[in-house]
Amino acid sequence: MPNLKDLKVRIDSVKSTRKITSAMKMVAAAKLRRAQEQAEASRPYAQRMERMLGSLAAAAAGQAGAPQLLAGSGAEQTHLVVVATADRGLCGGFNSSIVREARRLVRSLVSDGKTVKILCVGRKGRDQLRRDFGSMIVDTIEDVAKPKLSFDKAAAIGTRIVTMFAAGEFDVCTMIYAEFRSAISQIVTPQQLIPFAPPKAQKKQGDGEEAPEDGLNGAVYEYEPGEEEILTELLPTNISVQVFKALLENAASEHGARMTAMDNATRNAGDMINRLTLVYNRTRQAAITGELIEIISAKEAM
Amino acid sequence: MAEGKVSFELVSPERLLLSEEVDMVEVPGEEGDFGVLARHAPLISTLRPGVIKVHDGGSVTQRIFVAGGFAEVTPTRCTVLAEEALPIGEIDRAAAEQRLSDARDDLLDAQDAIRQAAAERQVKIAEELLKAAG
Repeated sequence: MPNLKDLKVRIDSVKSTRKITSAMKMVAAAKLRRAQEQAEASRPYAQRMERMLGSLAAAAAGQAGAPQLLAGSGAEQTHLVVVATADRGLCGGFNSSIVREARRLVRSLVSDGKTVKILCVGRKGRDQLRRDFGSMIVDTIEDVAKPKLSFDKAAAIGTRIVTMFAAGEFDVCTMIYAEFRSAISQIVTPQQLIPFAPPKAQKKQGDGEEAPEDGLNGAVYEYEPGEEEILTELLPTNISVQVFKALLENAASEHGARMTAMDNATRNAGDMINRLTLVYNRTRQAAITGELIEIISAKEAM
Repeated sequence: MAEGKVSFELVSPERLLLSEEVDMVEVPGEEGDFGVLARHAPLISTLRPGVIKVHDGGSVTQRIFVAGGFAEVTPTRCTVLAEEALPIGEIDRAAAEQRLSDARDDLLDAQDAIRQAAAERQVKIAEELLKAAG
C-alpha cells in the first residue's frame, strides 16, 4: 500500500511539471506565430531571387566559363553536410529526426568512399553527431536565433560556406533542415546548395527554352555588367538566402514541434494527476476504513 | 494595371518593403544610374550603393538608400532585391559616420585580399550612406 504522504508529494511534483510544460507550450505557440510571420515575410525575396537565377542559370549553363558555384568543381569527392538543428531540446523528435537523416546521408556517402565534412548549425545536432562522427565535424555555429534570427547571421554562414568552397575544401554541399508544414508536421529536407540545383519545377522545362512569362514575349534579358559578373555575385547571395530560408523554416519547425510535444506532455501530466489522485483517495479511504474497523472491534471487545 | 505605369517592388531578405505602381524608378546600377519606365527592355543588373528614386505624378515621391543588390526589369515591372534598404528620412547621420569610421578601421586591419575587398565595400557603402543623408 503506497504511503499517503509520498503520493501527495508525487502529485504535487507532477502538477508543477504540468505548469511548466503548459507554459512552455504557450511560449512555443507565441514564438511559432512570430517565426511563421518571419518566414512568410522572407518568401518574396527568395522567390524573386529564384526567378532571376533560374533565367540566368539557363542562359549560362553548359558554357565553358560558368562559375564553379553553378557548374560544380568538376569532382564529387568531398562533401560538406550542413546540419541545421535547434540549440535546445524538449521539442519532441525534431532534433533527432534531422540527425537521423544526417546520419543516413553521411553513412551512405562514406560507404561510397567519399570524404565527408560536417558543419553543425545548432548545439543539439553537434551533441548527437559528435559521438559517431566527431572527427568529421569541422565546426559548430551556435545561437543563430539569439536574440533574433537575422539575414546577417545567415549571410555569415553563407559566406563561410562559399569561402570554404573557394578554398577547395569540398566539392558538394548539402544542407539538412526541417521544412515547416504545420505544428504537427515537419519534413526533414536535404537540399543541395553547391553546385546550384535549379528548383524541380524549372528542371522539367529544361534546355533554357523556358516559357516566357508576363510581358516578356520571348525577349531575352540584357545583362549589366555581364552574365558572369552578375552570376558571381548572385550565386553567393543565393546561398545566403537559401541558408536564411532554411533557418527560418527550421525555427518555425522547432517551435511547432515543441508546441506539440509540450501539449502532449501537459495532457499526459493531467492524466497522471488523475490517476494518482484516484490512488490517493482510495488509499485514504482504505486507511479510514481500517481505523473504523479498529475502533468498532475495540468497542465490541470491551 | 494602369497604362504607362511600372509596378515597382523593393524586397529585402527579411520582407517586402514596397510594392506599388509608379511612373518611373531611378535605379543606381553598377554601370551607372538608369531610369525604368513602362515597356523598358528586359534587364538584369547588379546595383552599387546608392539611392533609388521613385517618380510618380511628376515628382519624386520616395528616396530609398540601398547598399547593393540586384534589379530585374521587364516591360511591366521593376523588382529590386536589396541587401539593405533604408528610406532617406530614416538615416541616422551619427550612426552613418560611426559606420564609416568603423569600416575604415577594418580596412586598415584587413589581413588578406578577401577581407580587404569586403572592407573596401563596407567603406563605399558607408560613404554613399553619408552622402545620401545629405
